[in-house]
Amino acid sequence: MTYLAKPKLHHPDLPKNALGLTRRDYEGTISTLCAGCGHDSISAAIIQACWELAVQPHRVAKLSGIGCSSKTPTYFLDKSHGFNSVHGRMPSVLTGANLANRDLLYLGVSGDGDSASIGLGQFAHSMRRGVNMTYIVENNGVYGLTKGQFSATADRGSKSKRGAVNTDEGIDLACLAMQLGATYVARSFSGDKHQLVPLIKGALTHPGAAFIDVVSPCVAFNNHEGSTRSYDYVRHHNEAVNSLDVITMHKEITTEYAPGSVQEVRQHDGSVLRLRKLADDYDSSNRISAMSYVQSHYARGEIVTGLLFVEPEAIDLHEHLGTTMRPLNELGDKELCPGSAALAQFNASLR
Amino acid sequence: MKTLQATNDFVIKFANVNGSGSASANTLFAKSIARMGVPVSPRNIFPSNIQGLPTWYEVRVCEAGWNARRGGADLMVAMNPQTWEKDVAEVTAGGYLFYDSTRPMPSGKFRDDILVIGMPLTEICNATYTDPRQRQLFKNIIYVGALSALLGIELAEVEKLIAEQYKGKEKLLEPNVKALRMGHEYALAKLPCPLGLQVRRADKVGDKVFLEGNNAAALGAVFGGATVCAWYPITPSSSMAEAFAKHCRKYRVDKETGKNNFAIVQAEDELASIGMVIGAAWNGARAFTCTSGPGISLMSEFIGLAYFAEIPATLVNVQRAGPSTGMPTRTQQSDVLLCAYASHGDTKHPILFPQDAKEAFEFTADALDIADRLQTPVFVLTDLDIGMNERLCDPLTWDDARTYDRGKVLTKEQLDAGARFGRYLDVDDDGITYRTYPGTHPSRGSFFTRGTSRDRYARYTEEGSAYVDNMERLLRKFETAKHYMPKPEVRPGAKPSRYGAIYYGSTAPAMEEALALFEAEGIHLDALRVRAFPFQDTVIDFVNDHDHVFVIEQNRDGQLRTLLVAEGAIDPSRLGSVLHFDGTPITARFIHGDIAKRLSALQVTPLRRTVAGGASGE
Repeated sequence: MTYLAKPKLHHPDLPKNALGLTRRDYEGTISTLCAGCGHDSISAAIIQACWELAVQPHRVAKLSGIGCSSKTPTYFLDKSHGFNSVHGRMPSVLTGANLANRDLLYLGVSGDGDSASIGLGQFAHSMRRGVNMTYIVENNGVYGLTKGQFSATADRGSKSKRGAVNTDEGIDLACLAMQLGATYVARSFSGDKHQLVPLIKGALTHPGAAFIDVVSPCVAFNNHEGSTRSYDYVRHHNEAVNSLDVITMHKEITTEYAPGSVQEVRQHDGSVLRLRKLADDYDSSNRISAMSYVQSHYARGEIVTGLLFVEPEAIDLHEHLGTTMRPLNELGDKELCPGSAALAQFNASLR
Repeated sequence: MKTLQATNDFVIKFANVNGSGSASANTLFAKSIARMGVPVSPRNIFPSNIQGLPTWYEVRVCEAGWNARRGGADLMVAMNPQTWEKDVAEVTAGGYLFYDSTRPMPSGKFRDDILVIGMPLTEICNATYTDPRQRQLFKNIIYVGALSALLGIELAEVEKLIAEQYKGKEKLLEPNVKALRMGHEYALAKLPCPLGLQVRRADKVGDKVFLEGNNAAALGAVFGGATVCAWYPITPSSSMAEAFAKHCRKYRVDKETGKNNFAIVQAEDELASIGMVIGAAWNGARAFTCTSGPGISLMSEFIGLAYFAEIPATLVNVQRAGPSTGMPTRTQQSDVLLCAYASHGDTKHPILFPQDAKEAFEFTADALDIADRLQTPVFVLTDLDIGMNERLCDPLTWDDARTYDRGKVLTKEQLDAGARFGRYLDVDDDGITYRTYPGTHPSRGSFFTRGTSRDRYARYTEEGSAYVDNMERLLRKFETAKHYMPKPEVRPGAKPSRYGAIYYGSTAPAMEEALALFEAEGIHLDALRVRAFPFQDTVIDFVNDHDHVFVIEQNRDGQLRTLLVAEGAIDPSRLGSVLHFDGTPITARFIHGDIAKRLSALQVTPLRRTVAGGASGE
């Protein structure tokens, strides 16, 4: 339905952010996904998060692979350049784009088929490299566009709409991301905007590989009895370990919490992640205990959500490679071409 | 027995075990001959293995300057017992066999039509050195010393090279020189010096440089402004990525900050390599990958995306023998069709065919310009023969007035000035449209890049007419490409001829030599070296202007011929194939023999039997 233009008029009193932009300035075209699709809620959360952070829309590059989730970048941030790449290969395209210009914000949007099935390798290696990005998987456990086949994140024992039982083990991308060295790992639910928006803000301000697994029910093919990705199932099994508040460097910290109940994490850019604990025994600064917690709760049928792990002193790929602070795409002949004198010396060394 | 007599025109072949340190000694040997002003072309024939398997190093000494492989061996330096029988059998009748005579060999292991020269290398080493690794390494230097005495190579030139090699590492210099002299003196005293094969100082090398294609292509990428390299290790291309890293450390580190004006990622596979290249180029950086045939197979889906979404990408394919894993350390030109039409759907890609290291340098730099200009994947097609062998070629040159052609990119200022922007809108009628880099302008110039069909303003559509409009524009762009690609090189025969020959890439040195053989026999052939695809009119006209044209290639199926037939609407019966594809580099002898046979079949005056160059019996 992209041919339906959104009305350009909007209410004059819509709130404006620090850039003087309204939420409408962060929207895209009308979604063509099914009514009630979790992915649309995630697009809305992305819009909200970018608006709240007062991100300049054109300084975001949004990239995706193939599938329902990968269509969504059209539905937000229409001032941004978008790239709908090939199935499962968004991470490499994003990595290359990031290498070319380290000054933009990189938002990768993918699905469970795109990232856990065909694209598991690229997902894994982009985490290992520490690409500075926000990588969101809109996880519904099913192939929507091809009508209901299981994806690699579907839980063993869960039932398809046609009644088939999944016999393969499900992949937990959040746990994998933690194991592979991502420095910001979260899980949320498309139906919980209050939890999701701050997690996206935290990821966007995080200076390294940030990954968010968002459980996002598929109303057409995976919202039935027996599914572990339905709205009902997720609501009943969601166990949030913390709630996050992201305070950008410009904002004054005003809210007060009882001592010990709040953990503050200061990131490179000066932003502060303020974490309010919901589970006493959860420590989001410890990669190993976090993985153990998430997996032991999974064994009990619970879906742990919240900011699962954060490493504030993240080092990204550019730091590993020692690249110049100037975007590589701004360098010209002068910086790049050694010239004929250097070539003459090279020739001389070969005789 | 008549022994071969030749000065500055013979082939010496070293049979070694890989991992034994022979490579640097053999290179030293070859370079010392070049230092005497005598052209030399060495070739590595090596296994897909690190230690213990047979490896050969073939050196053609040729004052006439022919760089192609000649074939045969006039002197065999047989250092590998595993391949003894094959190596001995390969020596030209009247030729020479040099071997380690420490252990006596039964007489049945020799031939009586060659001169056998035994030197107890192991014994000498064991008596001189105690460390086993030294025994191994110095054995190689000792035989270089002995060969210099046998062949008349000036010892001073070899010593000068060793001094350059160990500059700053004087500890290593002295024992190497000592080993060299030990071999030299032994040979003078005990071996039949001089042999019939001799090197005599000449002045045929001039200012030529001794350069490997992969090293040259890597430098071309540096000069051409590539800032992002993503690659996956694969023989025979890995040394290009490694050379790029080396050149970048030298030329691309910012002197003030110590930071790198480049980024190199060894990706997890070829899919990720090309994905990164496409991502970087989409975002305005010059990017390339280097790989070989299997890598191109893996990259094909992405190549289609870059073709259809119109994103620049430079791919250097150092070809090896396929299909599948094929012969990974042998050379071929068998990826021509793969590269020309890579990916599903209707696709066509520009290809550049360098003939040597110098053109590998030039074409790689050019390809980065062409990719930006055409906004499409561009291939540089070299092969193992060019990529992994040092070859004498003219010194590399660069015009400092040259600036990078970044193609049609709208800036913020142009967008502010009201430039009309449709990502796929052909305003100049050359099939090439304007693009913008991400992040350029707050409100203008953003668009969605996708592999799905879209209209001129980059909006998704499945409308047939919009799809056809776009696909036809891509054809116009491919036509435009011809102007930017290197032009073919025509070499008319001394007299007009009804026959022509088309060749490309690493076949060039052998072809030039074969043409000289024909000329010497009074047989005239016009020749054309294809340097690019799409073919310019000159190429098609050349075929149409001759009754019959031979297409000389190093693959089984005549892939360039297929491409000529398909793209030039040429009657296939007018194109004959001369095909060499056993994994060894093609020779002038092969081309000459094959074309001579075909010319006879085409009922030309029968040819005189000729001896093709090289050493002759006496």
